[in-house]
Amino acid sequence: MSDAAATTAPIVKPKISRDDWIMRIAMMLIAVYLLVGIAFPLYALLAKSFQNADGQFVGLANYITYLTTPALSWSIGNSFKVTLIATVIVMFIAFIYAYALTRSCMPAKSLFKGIALVPILMPSLLPAISLVFFFGNQGIIKEWLFGAELYGPIGIVMGEVFYVFPHVMTIMLISMSLSDARLYEASEVLGASKIKTFFTVTLPSMRYGLVSAFFVAFTLIITDFGVPKVVGGQYNVLATDVYKQVVGRHDFQMGAVVSMALLIPAAFAFIADRIVQRKQVALLSARAVPFQPKPNPMFDRIMLAFCSLVGFIILSVLAMAAFSSVVKFWPYNLSLTTKHYNFQLMDGGGWDSYFNSIELAAWTAVFGTAIVFFGAFLVEKSRGFQHGRTAMQALCMVPMAVPGLVLGLAYVFFFNHPDNPLGFLYHTMPILVICTITHFYTVAHLSAVTALKQMDPEFEAVSQSLKAPFYKTFWRVTVPVCTPAVLDISMYLFVNAMTTVSAVVFLYSSDTTLASVAVLNMDDAGDQSPAAAMGMMIVCTAAGVRLLHMILTRGIQSRTQAWRKR
Amino acid sequence: MASDNVAPYLKIVDVTKKFGDFTALQGISLEVFEKEFVCFLGPSGCGKTTLLRAVAGLDIQTSGQIFQKGRDISALPPSERDFGIVFQSYALFPNLTVRANVAYGLENQKVAKPKIEQRVTELLDLVGLPDQGTKYPAQLSGGQQQRVALARALATEPGLLLLDEPLSALDAKVRAHLRHEIKELQHQIGVTTIMVTHDQEEALTMADRIVVMNNGVIEQVGTPLEIYSQPASPFVADFIGTTNFIDAKLVTPTSARVGNTDLSLSASPPGIAEGTEVTLCIRPEDVLTGSRADGAPNQMTLPIHHVEFLGSFHRLHTDPVGGGAGLMIDVSVARAREIDISVGGSIRVALPAEHMNVYTAQR
Ligand SMILES: Nc1ncnc2c1ncn2[C@@H]1O[C@H](COP(=O)(O)OP(=O)(O)OP(=O)(O)O)[C@@H](O)[C@H]1O
Ligand SMILES: [Mg+2]
Repeated sequence: MSDAAATTAPIVKPKISRDDWIMRIAMMLIAVYLLVGIAFPLYALLAKSFQNADGQFVGLANYITYLTTPALSWSIGNSFKVTLIATVIVMFIAFIYAYALTRSCMPAKSLFKGIALVPILMPSLLPAISLVFFFGNQGIIKEWLFGAELYGPIGIVMGEVFYVFPHVMTIMLISMSLSDARLYEASEVLGASKIKTFFTVTLPSMRYGLVSAFFVAFTLIITDFGVPKVVGGQYNVLATDVYKQVVGRHDFQMGAVVSMALLIPAAFAFIADRIVQRKQVALLSARAVPFQPKPNPMFDRIMLAFCSLVGFIILSVLAMAAFSSVVKFWPYNLSLTTKHYNFQLMDGGGWDSYFNSIELAAWTAVFGTAIVFFGAFLVEKSRGFQHGRTAMQALCMVPMAVPGLVLGLAYVFFFNHPDNPLGFLYHTMPILVICTITHFYTVAHLSAVTALKQMDPEFEAVSQSLKAPFYKTFWRVTVPVCTPAVLDISMYLFVNAMTTVSAVVFLYSSDTTLASVAVLNMDDAGDQSPAAAMGMMIVCTAAGVRLLHMILTRGIQSRTQAWRKR
Repeated sequence: MASDNVAPYLKIVDVTKKFGDFTALQGISLEVFEKEFVCFLGPSGCGKTTLLRAVAGLDIQTSGQIFQKGRDISALPPSERDFGIVFQSYALFPNLTVRANVAYGLENQKVAKPKIEQRVTELLDLVGLPDQGTKYPAQLSGGQQQRVALARALATEPGLLLLDEPLSALDAKVRAHLRHEIKELQHQIGVTTIMVTHDQEEALTMADRIVVMNNGVIEQVGTPLEIYSQPASPFVADFIGTTNFIDAKLVTPTSARVGNTDLSLSASPPGIAEGTEVTLCIRPEDVLTGSRADGAPNQMTLPIHHVEFLGSFHRLHTDPVGGGAGLMIDVSVARAREIDISVGGSIRVALPAEHMNVYTAQR
């Protein structure tokens, strides 16, 4: 025994420097934030689903009730059905749209790229309200449905296709622009026909993009609450069921069970997507020559026609929302008015809710960006502490797998629990900020990580050799170099905080009503025009922030071009 | 430089580094003396960078000790060690001007502002960039960036300068020029320097001593001349310069049988028993040809297959001596005028015993 010990040299135990300590403690603090922001609430939700109304543990009883009551479990099938149909349709349209943008020589490409992003600015309630004005009982073109009813699967599918189109289109666009022109040349040289090239080169080269787009669309749709809330009618889906159980019937246990039913597919889709993305990254590292399309008048014209049609539909949905918010009494009196913007007279909190939303978005952008960026920096650039960093990395990915409604309900269980010392946060602005930052944490974290990975990994090493504390280099080098990414993250958080409904719908109070929730409540009360008006306020604000972001980014880019390459 | 009565400036004792199951460094021991310029040389992936980073404390070794000026620094973080470092990428802070980059380390030493300014000016003069202080790194050429990185590393007057392939990102001309400059600078300020490189020419021209590494172990430590003329192993002989390998069997300590000829040797290293399979190494330029081969031992005549013209000399490829690979023979352009080196002809050569190194055959 002692012989063996003598032959193996002692392991060197690195001394932990002051910087290392500070970084580890900071990382722990952010980990605590994420535990409180996501892990503990999820646990509270899970526990709730195994309890009866009195808080006693009842095992799987709630789940059994749920699955054996057709009126309840019905929504599972519904959800999957509409989600799959809408996913297939949106992928088809987005594919052609992205194909036109990358593979044709049609004019006005950047305009079409811009139009495709318009739905991002809207809370998903708003396109659904627009659909009501088009196809609802008093819709202007309701006969286009050939007598079919908007309220139900048809409305949900139409609304969801609109809502997720920009996300799916963006993924496809990236995946298509990654493909290698040399493959096309080779295919051409070998005399393959266009169709054959499409099936042997184009499709295989974007397989990861397609799979990723599928999972993203699937998750966004199955977890979306706004569209089915407005046009779902009697057709129950999981998302509306959670809301109905909790807000309508005050059956929190059943709400928790339905939440779990919603969480599981969303989490699976998320994990599948992560696996696929990792493979795509491997593909990306090979140096590819970008594809340059050649003019082909016939093909270009067809593509232009298709994009124009899609663009026209997107803009008309927006225009309808705008128009209906300024006409007196749809559809009988179409003279213009601003009375619908007089929110004081309506349910939903009036103008206060709009300003509360701005406040929420501003806090979310400021604190969220700071926490996310610093957290990503610590995970990426700290030394040693391998297990801690891996755990932190995993924790940062969890929020993306959790649907907003589930998160919101989990907060109710966690923060409203009588024994929780953090209970004082319940029904306040800070809890809305915490919830919103957490809800959108993952995407923001991933953008920060991407930006940080592009920095020279030796900056930290050099800074240590020069005896500079890490925070000095963080502040003087990392943040300035990453300013564009920091701005991107804050804009992303701001716009999403403005438009989100699902997570906050369970958490607002009469003092903290929000614009997006006001849209929901006014629509619920039958006041579609004021709801559209509030929706337009959100769209305009989000568009304004995007514009501001663009101007700021341009300004910074030109001020710092002396040291930014190219 | 390596004298016996001087304590080493840096002492590495039995350092091993593992990444999971993979052993990147295995029992490395090495001494570096004050003001010495040492190169770590070896093929890609042999562990040069890993050893350098262990010395810097950036990736601390799994086991083993490192002493700097007698102080045990084995477990210390980089911030508590005394060194300056230049990376292959230079890692210049892109948003800071050249002056701010160079001043970065001084600011942390709480030096007074005018003092810093003065020192930065001094350093920029030293590296030959007196007028470039207000530019950003992206506005400089690769070679200029390299010098800024050097100035930044030297600013705090570290006792040890670490350079990880500092020249490999530059084109050949700039590289040759900077080689000379860095060596001059090092000599001038007398800082102990370790440079990592996989370019043998760089190591041979710049280093006081070279540490040849392979697969995580040190193959040989010595001056450039020692390494070149007395390589400690066939690996070193092959890695540095070009060499001929001849398979043979030791007959007596001073002769070996190749095919059916006996070659006389000056002396084979102790410990190789008679009858062992050995490898003989001789450099192409050490093979005697023409009149110089007259009367020399180990003579033979070999048919020429192929001739390469390499500028100042011709490299002839001939039949092998005995079995194995063919022999390479370098013939200077001047000598080539005296003898016939046309393809298809033969050449009379001699393999001088004093230039033939003997190693146990590795297989
Ligand atoms: N962080 C790490 N994890 C796992 N293996 C590593 C790590 N860093 C280095 N290695 C491995 O250790 C070995 C030595 O790497 P090192 O970077 O020291 O090589 P090198 O001699 O500097 O080579 P090069 O000339 O290519 O820079 C390599 O096989 C490498 O793959
Ligand atoms: Mg290296």
